[in-house]
Amino acid sequence: MLAKRIIPCLDVDKGRVVKGVKFFDHVDAGSVSECAVRYEQQGADELVFYDITASHEERELTLNILREASERVFMPLTVGGGIRTIEDVRLMLNNGADKVSINSAAVLDESLIKQSALRFGSQCIVLAIDANRVKKNGKEFWEVFVNGGRKATGIEVMRWVRKGRDDGAGEIVLNVMNADGTKAGYDLEMTSAVSEEVNIPVVASGGAGTLEDMYDVLTKGKADAALAASVFHFGKYTIEQAKRYLRDKGVNVRLDNQEKNLTSVN
Amino acid sequence: MIAIVDYGMGNLHSVKKAFDFIGAESEIVTEPAAIDAAEKIVLPGVGAFADAIDTLQKKQLVNPLKQAIEDGRYFLGICLGLQMLFDISYEDGQFPGLGVIPGQVVRFDLSDLPDHAELKIPHMGWNALNIKGDIPIYQGIENGSYVYFVHSYYVTPTDNAVIATTTTHGCEFVSSIARNNLFATQFHPEKSQRIGLQILKNFANL
Repeated sequence: MLAKRIIPCLDVDKGRVVKGVKFFDHVDAGSVSECAVRYEQQGADELVFYDITASHEERELTLNILREASERVFMPLTVGGGIRTIEDVRLMLNNGADKVSINSAAVLDESLIKQSALRFGSQCIVLAIDANRVKKNGKEFWEVFVNGGRKATGIEVMRWVRKGRDDGAGEIVLNVMNADGTKAGYDLEMTSAVSEEVNIPVVASGGAGTLEDMYDVLTKGKADAALAASVFHFGKYTIEQAKRYLRDKGVNVRLDNQEKNLTSVN
Repeated sequence: MIAIVDYGMGNLHSVKKAFDFIGAESEIVTEPAAIDAAEKIVLPGVGAFADAIDTLQKKQLVNPLKQAIEDGRYFLGICLGLQMLFDISYEDGQFPGLGVIPGQVVRFDLSDLPDHAELKIPHMGWNALNIKGDIPIYQGIENGSYVYFVHSYYVTPTDNAVIATTTTHGCEFVSSIARNNLFATQFHPEKSQRIGLQILKNFANL
């Protein structure tokens, strides 16, 4: 049976991990590949690099770390942040990314997901959505936001999800902003609605403060995977602890014997 | 030397990096002559079936690949590299494959299943291998080990004897095959951490 995935997300700026990863002893916590290796040892199912590098000139640093990570860890790597064109997608894939996550650019250029999926295959194209609950004419409206959540688009979440599926996205990452960073839990209602709407995998993002939050979003929220950053970075829990907790509560997760790490391949 | 066949369809750099990591010598090859000369061959690939077959034909790689398999040289297909070995694929139409293994490539159809709403396509993520018998590339791999998949189509061999592993996603499907020196996996060993690297190492050690 397909296991529910636990996916740590690393924010990367100018080739370094930012937003403090401080749970590793004796390693350079800013080094992307060191963090990637530690997460692999803990049993991460995938890794997401979220590139917050502002300028195009510094993009080369992101490609470097992607290449370096892909030589040291052997699990799917997703890159998001600043992907604007089909050429950006190609660059990321050619430098070690297995999947590329497209967010604001999908709104600016409504053909980008479709073009990318046709060119490179649905398996590597992820539609990332920043969503928010807003009031419109006194009614609740689930709205898509862009530019890091600063700009409303007027697009309704469910319509956007269906369009993503129709255009050939292979996966959807749903980041509900009201929940993001507040550690008040994932938005279970919106996540399960999205997951039921489309038959492609849905990754829940934003709001994991406790292991129970992860359990809730993978069960009641019907998510196929849970993406989290700070709950792992700050050492509150290891990925292995999270997975043991989930398994004890009956969720199917992959728990490899991490004592036999990569060096034991013989 | 392991020849990794580059025909412009995806993940071959990951495969190369995985062989580098485990200390197995490999090189990326694009020419028919390089396949003719290779002792072991890996055929990776992600993307669309028809495009992949088309590209193999244009690059005149079909005959060298078939010859290598016929010669009994060690061969590992990965993902599309598994599917292309079959007679026919129904991905977005109906397209002939290499015809090395009798059988078809079909799409997951989960609509009749009671829990189909819970099952997603692509089948993306980590799932368990049910290993059938004593297969060289699975030496030392525990039954039930998890490996990484991403695909919407799966193979249905005519001859059950070639089934090396099965995996369950709604239905029980064939997740890898083995026949003499020919091996092919639907999952991605190069993305399956310790288990995947062990499988590649087993292949390299054959």
